[in-house]
Amino acid sequence: MSSGLKVLQPGIFSLIEDAGRFGHHGIGLTSGGPMDPQAFQWANRLCGNPLSAAAIEITVGGLILEATVDTTIAITGATVPFSINRQTRELWQSHPLKVGDRIELGFALSGSRSYLAVAGGFTIKPIFNSAATVTREALGGLHCDGTALQAGDLLPCSVNPARQQLRVPENQRPDYADNSALLRVILGYQQQAFSTVSQQRFFSSEYRVTESSDRMGFRLKGPAIQSTLDGILSEGICLGAIQVPADGQPIILLNDRQTIGGYPKLGSVLSLDLGKLAQLLPGGSVRFEAISIEQAHNALLLSQQRFNDAVLETLTTDFDDDEKDEKGEEGG
Amino acid sequence: MAPQRTISIAGENALIVYFGDTPSEAIAAEIAATASQLRIILDDTLVDLVPSYASLLVIYDPFKTDHHAVRKAIRKALNTPIDPDSNQSASLVTLPVYYSIESGPDLQSLADNAGLTIEDVITIHQQSEYRVYAIGFAPGFAYLGELDPRIAAPRLATPRQKVPRGAVAIADRQTAVYPAESPGGWNLIGLCPQLMFDPSLEPSMPVQVGDRVRFKAIDRETYLDMGGLL
Repeated sequence: MSSGLKVLQPGIFSLIEDAGRFGHHGIGLTSGGPMDPQAFQWANRLCGNPLSAAAIEITVGGLILEATVDTTIAITGATVPFSINRQTRELWQSHPLKVGDRIELGFALSGSRSYLAVAGGFTIKPIFNSAATVTREALGGLHCDGTALQAGDLLPCSVNPARQQLRVPENQRPDYADNSALLRVILGYQQQAFSTVSQQRFFSSEYRVTESSDRMGFRLKGPAIQSTLDGILSEGICLGAIQVPADGQPIILLNDRQTIGGYPKLGSVLSLDLGKLAQLLPGGSVRFEAISIEQAHNALLLSQQRFNDAVLETLTTDFDDDEKDEKGEEGG
Repeated sequence: MAPQRTISIAGENALIVYFGDTPSEAIAAEIAATASQLRIILDDTLVDLVPSYASLLVIYDPFKTDHHAVRKAIRKALNTPIDPDSNQSASLVTLPVYYSIESGPDLQSLADNAGLTIEDVITIHQQSEYRVYAIGFAPGFAYLGELDPRIAAPRLATPRQKVPRGAVAIADRQTAVYPAESPGGWNLIGLCPQLMFDPSLEPSMPVQVGDRVRFKAIDRETYLDMGGLL
């Protein structure tokens, strides 16, 4: 039997994602990739992987796996009950796995998307240079055909026994509990077709995430904003673009968006904030704040610097009990 | 005198170049030329390009460059004269089509509404040389324009749940070949046996934005011989 993690139960919607598929918008292929890139990157970093390595994006939860290999895994993102062989384990840290171990995820308590990375990454045949699963395009993933994980799938990975357990420092972990997000916006595209009043309304109002929100885009509900345009010649849509159809309700276009579209757009949400948006549940609160492209650029560089400078904590042993003992000794 | 071209911000790492308000032959050629220039100038700072009817979205790597440098590169590309010999994207692709009531369920109604015979519609569809104005909606879906106004037709009031792969279709003044089975609201007039999108091939599409396309009628037997399905 080849080695990997066997899917016993796929959960609600679990997908193989790497950093995304780039350079193929010209033939209509979208980018795909993780909806919460920060959580995805932390999971890979905990496993000592390149930040773009293929991992599992688990929406809502319910995934159960069995290891047929000795390796290391880490789960980040949404707060979800997580156990190995029915022993509760911590998120945001790496865990050793032995052949036969059963990894079980419950359902998200806050946030909605979790990431499970494995040491060395999952070995998935790339299509158009990426393993990213895009259901709508029937591309990517384990079978290269865009299907979500199914029971019986064996997700191949190499033998990679853990040398040490690592943990993401507390101050680096996002908090999804309040189900709200402030999204920074770079104005652009048809911005001038939106009146000053409409723009003021947009930046001073609270919007709610609707049920019609998925990997293509998040549809919001709130005060309507209008542009002077009914439609435009279809044009390229970048990640995070804020599209406003005739009903005035904004749609934030995300990883699996169509590459071109004919609705007016107000600008685009800063990518650093899209992870927060992607973690919101229906009813979640969204507010917007305008920033300049220079501020956006600085924020990107700063965020990368902060991520690179953050040091993972090394746990001395694999067991929580031992840790407590050590602390006890110090105290005594 | 070239039409006014403007560069706007699209997002944190994307600029969009507008070439005019209406698509045309000249704009399609200019977009294709600008895109190939930018691939060279921007090199590894380029992430992706999205050419469309009258615009070009330029997505760059913000960790390697910034919007000032990319604007400069775009201006340079726009000011580079189009060299017809080096413009690889100007290739002419001929797509075979089996036009019939059997393969084109909307052929009759389209002809009736246009006050033409089915034969007229088939002839007119083959007479024009089209430009690939944009690719999108689905992988490999190429929007071809401009269709002769005599056979232009609005989208169906109720889209079909299933349009077969290879369906040759008309909507407004555009025509297209469905690259895969999908829902769709365009008027179906025939079937093309050539795959418009095959991930296992390099290139995976027979056309790219800016290319010229002609349609050529084939009979039922030829269609089936070429691997077409009915």
